[in-house]
Amino acid sequence: MYLLTALISGALFGAGLFISGMTDTSKVQGWLDVFGAWDPTLAFVMGGAMIPMIIAWIITGRMTSALNGAQFPPKNTSRADPKLITGSVLFGAGWALAGLCPGPSIASLSYGGPMHWTFVAAMLVGMLFAPMVTSRLFKNA
Amino acid sequence: MEQDWIMGLLGGLIIGLAGAVYLLGNGRIMGASGIIGGLVDGSGRNSWLERVVFIAAVFAAPIVLMPLYTGVDTHITQNIWVVVIAGLLVGVGTRMANGCTSGHGVCGMSRLSFRGIMSTVFYILAGGITMVFFRHILEVI
Repeated sequence: MYLLTALISGALFGAGLFISGMTDTSKVQGWLDVFGAWDPTLAFVMGGAMIPMIIAWIITGRMTSALNGAQFPPKNTSRADPKLITGSVLFGAGWALAGLCPGPSIASLSYGGPMHWTFVAAMLVGMLFAPMVTSRLFKNA
Repeated sequence: MEQDWIMGLLGGLIIGLAGAVYLLGNGRIMGASGIIGGLVDGSGRNSWLERVVFIAAVFAAPIVLMPLYTGVDTHITQNIWVVVIAGLLVGVGTRMANGCTSGHGVCGMSRLSFRGIMSTVFYILAGGITMVFFRHILEVI
């Protein structure tokens, strides 16, 4: 059952990213390029995605567990720490340079050509070394 | 342009639906970097099949939709160093921050998670500054 929901969710996610245009790097770079040819499409995507999710979070409040019996993820109420901010800044810089974030990088692999594969390969290497980099930078974390 | 916004909104709704299915069905946050990263660094070993199915579906969905579209395109830079550095930054940054556009952005902000909102503010700010610097000043992207 949980594999079927993962399949449906992944298929919807990939379809949504493709339909919305987020797999086109120029759409993402256009959103971030406030001083150039600014493209507000990403705000529509983000706004659209929030609607079902807000409803979903409300529904979780009325359920004791997810359909597969798992507990819902607790809200992390801790404050924003240097790790969160540093990671987000590094991510934002890479996001702008290529115009890709993790979801769209996978959704665009089938047609994006060698540069998209290169991006994903580098991203996987980054993810592999992330725990080491993080513990070096934030010794107490 | 207006048509892009409508497709953005429609695609966004589908992305949100994907997140809702994953949350209500499997009790998990649909965060692309977490789902991929957990496979790469081994932290998601216990749920590897669910992760692989999700990622495979994200990859495959655009292939199914492709015949309905003409002129699907992406505009990633052909400068391989920029692509590699971008990928590394996205990989390290999203794992350090424990989330990306889907986890912090779509899933986090929709439950008014302070950390999700802070992360989103900082990656968009960093992305905007990166665009100014690398597109308008250095002109490499």
